[in-house]
Amino acid sequence: MDLELMISSFPKLINAAVITLKLLSVSLIIGLFIGLFFAILRLNKNIFINKFAYGYSYVFRGTPLLVQIFIIYFGLGQIEYLRSTVLWVILKEPYWCAIIAFALNTGAYTSEILRSAFQTIKRGILEAGKSLGISNKVIFYKIQIPIAIRQSLPAYGNEIILMMKGTSLASTVTLMDLTGVAKYIISTTFKPIEVFIVAGGIYLFMTFMIHNVIKFLEKKYSFN
Amino acid sequence: MELLAFGDTGWGDELFYATLMTIAVSITAMMIGFLFALIFTPLKLSQNKFLNFIANSYTTIIRGVPELLVIYLFFFGGTGAVMFVASIFGYNEYIEINAFITGAFAIGIISGAYSTEVFRGAIQSIDKGQFEAANVLGLNKFGKFFKIILPQTLRLAIPNLSNVWQITLKDTSLISVTGLVEIMRQSYIAAGSTRDPLFFYSFAAVLYLLLTFVSMKLINRLEVKYSRGY
Repeated sequence: MDLELMISSFPKLINAAVITLKLLSVSLIIGLFIGLFFAILRLNKNIFINKFAYGYSYVFRGTPLLVQIFIIYFGLGQIEYLRSTVLWVILKEPYWCAIIAFALNTGAYTSEILRSAFQTIKRGILEAGKSLGISNKVIFYKIQIPIAIRQSLPAYGNEIILMMKGTSLASTVTLMDLTGVAKYIISTTFKPIEVFIVAGGIYLFMTFMIHNVIKFLEKKYSFN
Repeated sequence: MELLAFGDTGWGDELFYATLMTIAVSITAMMIGFLFALIFTPLKLSQNKFLNFIANSYTTIIRGVPELLVIYLFFFGGTGAVMFVASIFGYNEYIEINAFITGAFAIGIISGAYSTEVFRGAIQSIDKGQFEAANVLGLNKFGKFFKIILPQTLRLAIPNLSNVWQITLKDTSLISVTGLVEIMRQSYIAAGSTRDPLFFYSFAAVLYLLLTFVSMKLINRLEVKYSRGY
């Protein structure tokens, strides 16, 4: 055990963990909107819209995140047309490519979580809203969405933790996140176990914090 | 299309073998995972607090740390660990471990943590009366486990194990960082030499979709088979 290395690499890894958290929070926020959008499409009665939304979530849940990042980072740059548009400003940055991939990925899972939450809302609640003369729009925003959010909290908490682990793939497109820095230190010092303990400890701490925040929210918004 | 031709001109045969490699690594990893689950599920269910603690640490750590970091640990640490063991027996030459074994082991440990949770959940949801009935019938420990508990556990566990299989299959794409030529690595090589990453990575995505689709169909059949009588 090389305690000195563990202590000296700790500040570097903490700095890298900030990048991990940044990647995580930005992609979760974008992903939540994507997820909500596609969940609403899934509830649509039009079969084409419905199938389109299902296809989106099927493709993004059925392929590895690594493939998705590589298609966006290496693949899209190949299209000449894209290079001449404003989008290229975003797509040439590995940071944004990673965020786009993460957001689309978590959006697919989130849409499934929200869809099942919407579908498990009891009919009686919606009927109660209607009989009180509330408009459909208000029922959707004031009744369905809050209940769906509460229903989906436990599953969404799992998704946040999975996504946090997913951000480690940013290191494959040159970003120096927690895993990227850990790999760099391992490959320069050849002390994998020490670095793993420190980096893994930081990850576990973040998992623990997310877990507790979700638990707190679950309690706060519980029906009883 | 000529990019996918078989033989020297295209990448068809290379990608085909790479797909077989992905399947082989996934199955090996899943089996290693089952072995781990076989060890850790009883520890999780045991009354002993210390054994509980060991099993809980295993599942918590593995499920809370990114897969890629675990793979790096095995990739960089595996050789060292094996050489250390070998040096105890007086062998001091450099040993290189096969990328297949390192990869399958790393993914297997991850998949084992998820399988452990699945089996624990399945066993816990079996009605207490079943255990009691087995005792009343005078079955011994093995009879009780293999004839009464295991068949019911499998039925409950298969839907969740199918999720674990999907996770394992997708995780094998991460082994490409260690240089094992599976779908992802082969696409990377092909993309580099033809300068056509968009095509090859999209094709890799199609291959993964195909694998998940086919395995879902097969698992659904298994599910039907094990829920006979319900």
